[in-house]
Amino acid sequence: MRRVRLGDRLFSGSTVLFALAIVGLGIAIFAALAHAAMPAVRTFGWRFLWGRTWDPVEQEFGMLPFLYGTLVSSALALVIATPIGLGVAIFLNEFASRALRGPLAFVMDLLAAIPSVVYGLWGIFVLVPFVRAHPGGWLAQHLGFVPLFRGPSYGVGMLSGGLILAIMILPTISSISREVLAAVPQTQREGALALGATRWEMVRHAVLPYARSGIFGAVVLGLGRALGETMAVTMVIGNRPEIASSLLAPSYTMASVLANEFTEATSDLYVSALIEVGLLLFVVTILVNMAARLLVWKVKA
Amino acid sequence: MKALLFLLLVPGAAGTLTGAGATFPYPLYSKWSFEYEKLHAGTKINYQSIGSGGGIRQITERTVDFGATDAPMTDEQLGKTKGKLLHIPTTLGAVVLTYNLPGVSGELKLTPDLVAGIFMGNIKKWNDPKLAGLNKGMHLPDSDIVVAHRSDGSGTTFVFVDYLSNVSPEWKQKVGASTSVNWPVGLGGKGNEGVTGLVKQTPGAIGYVELIYALQNKLPVALLKNRAGAYVPASPKSVSAAAAASAGKIPDDLRVSIVNSEGKDSYPLASFTYILLYEDQTDAAKGKTLVEFLWWATHEGQKMCEPLGYAPLPQPVVKRVETMLRMVKSGGKPILAVR
Repeated sequence: MRRVRLGDRLFSGSTVLFALAIVGLGIAIFAALAHAAMPAVRTFGWRFLWGRTWDPVEQEFGMLPFLYGTLVSSALALVIATPIGLGVAIFLNEFASRALRGPLAFVMDLLAAIPSVVYGLWGIFVLVPFVRAHPGGWLAQHLGFVPLFRGPSYGVGMLSGGLILAIMILPTISSISREVLAAVPQTQREGALALGATRWEMVRHAVLPYARSGIFGAVVLGLGRALGETMAVTMVIGNRPEIASSLLAPSYTMASVLANEFTEATSDLYVSALIEVGLLLFVVTILVNMAARLLVWKVKA
Repeated sequence: MKALLFLLLVPGAAGTLTGAGATFPYPLYSKWSFEYEKLHAGTKINYQSIGSGGGIRQITERTVDFGATDAPMTDEQLGKTKGKLLHIPTTLGAVVLTYNLPGVSGELKLTPDLVAGIFMGNIKKWNDPKLAGLNKGMHLPDSDIVVAHRSDGSGTTFVFVDYLSNVSPEWKQKVGASTSVNWPVGLGGKGNEGVTGLVKQTPGAIGYVELIYALQNKLPVALLKNRAGAYVPASPKSVSAAAAASAGKIPDDLRVSIVNSEGKDSYPLASFTYILLYEDQTDAAKGKTLVEFLWWATHEGQKMCEPLGYAPLPQPVVKRVETMLRMVKSGGKPILAVR
């Protein structure tokens, strides 16, 4: 005879309710955004996606430069932050002494707790002048013939945006990677060492392959943060809706245009166009996350 | 019990005003509400500086007792309100051009044509003959001009581009005026501090910020030629002078742009900022509190403008505001007793 207690039932019922509420909330947000974006969708159609003009006066809205800025700045951040974050995680887990591990991990996690507007202010006063004078100036002077580094170095621009995002997603990538590495069974390491592997070979052949999908997950979470990050990027990216090949040129992201223009947008079509940008940012984030999950599943299988 | 509830609710409801809108006058409005609450126990004035766009949306939907905006509402926006909205000018602000030319001494002089040329991207170098010709003693360098503008929608931007549309047909046709525009050139900084940051850190940069912000941060400010041909420094005095010079051409609804105004003492980049309220107040007690507060703000309250860097309304404009406030009614009856 199976007796199900009332408390158990209530408990399982309420957890199901909570789980459904999350899904419902996501759908509700999507529906509300889609509804409010309809006037812009109807007016511009596909032109909204491929248009390059963003003119609130003429009420002509095309968001390709914002999409480009969001994707490129996030990709740049990943390219910079992934090797460093992973390196930090490997060092902390496999090489650092116990006395060093605690404090270093603590500082790394602390970086994640700094509010993004503080990163932005630091970006304006420290990072931007540094980028203009050193890496930016050097690249413009010596590699100016490469389209990637053409044009004057203003300091603000895609490079600064990517750098500040990289710093912001570094703690996410490194602390999750570290947990994943810590979950690799000790026997894996012992086995590799017993076969005569050096420490590096042990990490490379026994630890990293085992942790691969988890590390990928860490990178995806970092990417998620980079795509949606608003304030810090807005303060250093230069806010110019233009598609330039150069990393030194100013750019603009989807989240930034929302933060910048939403409060003062007065005409209905303008507000609706901004909401459509928000909706598409939502869609882009979902697509990127889904693609990443599919990759993780493939790697696992 | 009912009586008790009545006692508890009514004073709060009648004495509490909620407003929302422009960020630019926020320091002045919060000073006013602080002083006014001291003079009138039981009155509370709650102002949320969420931006002019939000202020217009909220007063249109009647979720606040008053709205606030830097740029007057357009006819299209006014068409969407239920009931007649009044514009009450409360104070004046100004926009100045700040620049960064290391090693160059003296005050930079600019004409309307040059400002439009620079922000249009037609004038690209500091030693452009037209610029250098006007600033003979300054030895302007052979470097690129870097334009800095606001990236966030703002009343400051509106005043500046309204001025450019006024002085340059090319600007009016290609760019136009709004709280955000499609800038032909330049870098965008968020807020006054963002633009200032860009200008301070980029040699060869020029940007526009609010007068108050430039005064508080002691930024170098370019001298701008006014309509009468004089180079008048920006100050609360020259801003009030611009409003006084335009007083004659202010329409009945007080919606007016005073950029590039006449008068040899006028600073050309000036503007009113407005409080918005309905002519027909649904709640008589609240309406009375609001109108009395606005009367006080546009009279006694004007003394608090200058210490905070705002320009007081000139007398002719105050007279127009009085007429406007007398029009406010509730249930068909004017709220203000004859003063």
